Amino acid sequence: MAPLSSLVPQFPQVGARMLAPLPLGPLSLLLGRAARGMATRHPGLFTRLGAHSEKRFLIDPTDLPFSFLVRPQAARPRIEAVGALVSPTWDCRIAGPLAALIGMVHGAYDGDALFFSRDIVIEGDTEAALALRNALDDAEIDLFEEAAESLGAPGRTAGRQLRPLARAASQFTGVALTRAEDLL
Amino acid sequence: MNGPALELVCPAGTPAALRAAVDAGAHTVYCGFADETNARNFPGLNFSRDEMAAGAAYAHRAGSKLLVAINTFPRAGAEAIWHHAVADARAAGADAVILADLGLLAYAAEHQPGLRRHLSVQAAAANADAIMFYAETFGVKRVVLPRVLSVEEIAAINRDIDVETEVFVFGGLCVMAEGRCSLSSYATGRSPNMNGACSPASHVVYTEEQGELVSRLGNFTIHKVPKDAPAPYPTLCKGCFSAGGQTGHVFEDPISLDAAELIPRLAKAGVTALKIEGRQRSRAYVSAVVKSFRRATDAIAAGRPVPVSELAHLTEGQSSTLGAYRKAWR
Repeated sequence: MAPLSSLVPQFPQVGARMLAPLPLGPLSLLLGRAARGMATRHPGLFTRLGAHSEKRFLIDPTDLPFSFLVRPQAARPRIEAVGALVSPTWDCRIAGPLAALIGMVHGAYDGDALFFSRDIVIEGDTEAALALRNALDDAEIDLFEEAAESLGAPGRTAGRQLRPLARAASQFTGVALTRAEDLL
Repeated sequence: MNGPALELVCPAGTPAALRAAVDAGAHTVYCGFADETNARNFPGLNFSRDEMAAGAAYAHRAGSKLLVAINTFPRAGAEAIWHHAVADARAAGADAVILADLGLLAYAAEHQPGLRRHLSVQAAAANADAIMFYAETFGVKRVVLPRVLSVEEIAAINRDIDVETEVFVFGGLCVMAEGRCSLSSYATGRSPNMNGACSPASHVVYTEEQGELVSRLGNFTIHKVPKDAPAPYPTLCKGCFSAGGQTGHVFEDPISLDAAELIPRLAKAGVTALKIEGRQRSRAYVSAVVKSFRRATDAIAAGRPVPVSELAHLTEGQSSTLGAYRKAWR
């Protein structure tokens, strides 16, 4: 059997320890705002998700001290940051290093390949996981851009100015901080 | 030696993957509608009618072709779904349809005679007589050969037929008589050949149990993979089973096909087109694999050796095989 190989960088442990005490309420507010913007800008996501848009997805970066509970539901999409000690109910859990999860959204990594290499783990409703993966891959979402958009006009201006920095950071860290096509 | 120009036929499960394939240098892209008419009827995947038309336009602008796979077998009483798919492929601007069912081939030949017809691997046409029957009866212009033939057998077929052949060179390796396999139907009650999904995700469950990744399809446990081993797809034909005191992969190991090194021999055997499997995969996979194989076909066309493949990280089992092309089993 072939040895297991991984191309995915891990979030530094020191950084994760520094994030642990931060309050998650403000982060959830920002994420919720970004989710609503994403839903407006990428309506095709819900067509591909179909009935699965009503499911509860726990996106669990295993190298961070918190995870994200995603409820895509078109009427009011929500993303909530949940601490390590909280056990929310979910239909589907997708877990792996933050860089793997972001890299999948940005088209830098193939989800099946991350599954083969055991970099990501899927539990629960496999069909919902597949629908989410395919919907996100087709939407060609750029989380950097979505974050900037969620902050309005000042965010857009800052986003434009910081994008070259994000590209440089991507190349330095090996983490796809923007869409893979943007990094070519 | 400069070989004949080989056509690279690439998968796309979404419009984004189609654009990735075209941008990476695909000569041809194949897709399916978002329903049971194609053999990758997976959640969140495939094309609406409008997306197919836009995809065809994108491909044509770049000088690429678009094929539409309508390669499942129509259910009795529901044939109209498949008939509409053929008409809609034509309306979307497809360059050809990929069909498997005899009745659907007859329908397409009669009602869409100007639409080029390819024979899907799902038809399992594995000898010259069968292929010429499809060619003479339904005007099939190209046959996708089953993944159970050696290079020598492909050469023998090409000597006796006057239609094009297309062979798989990369991706998931189905070792069964495609279109006739009932393993997944037995386990799930849903037929890959009629519903369009082998090992449908609705029937797949993964759990972590005592450090092992356990995969179940329906009521069958098909893998228990230790912590440091690659995870396989949840297909019965690559399952690891215990029987008679022995444990092992009964049909085939969970690895993928990579026949890049055989491309010169396949060209010499008279093959027209090389097919990459993976409509269920992401645009990252499509882009990487198409670029790699385009480098290979360009190298052969220029008389250079095939570059070394660096795609192992994308393959099931993280390793590859030459499959039946270098036959060590049957």
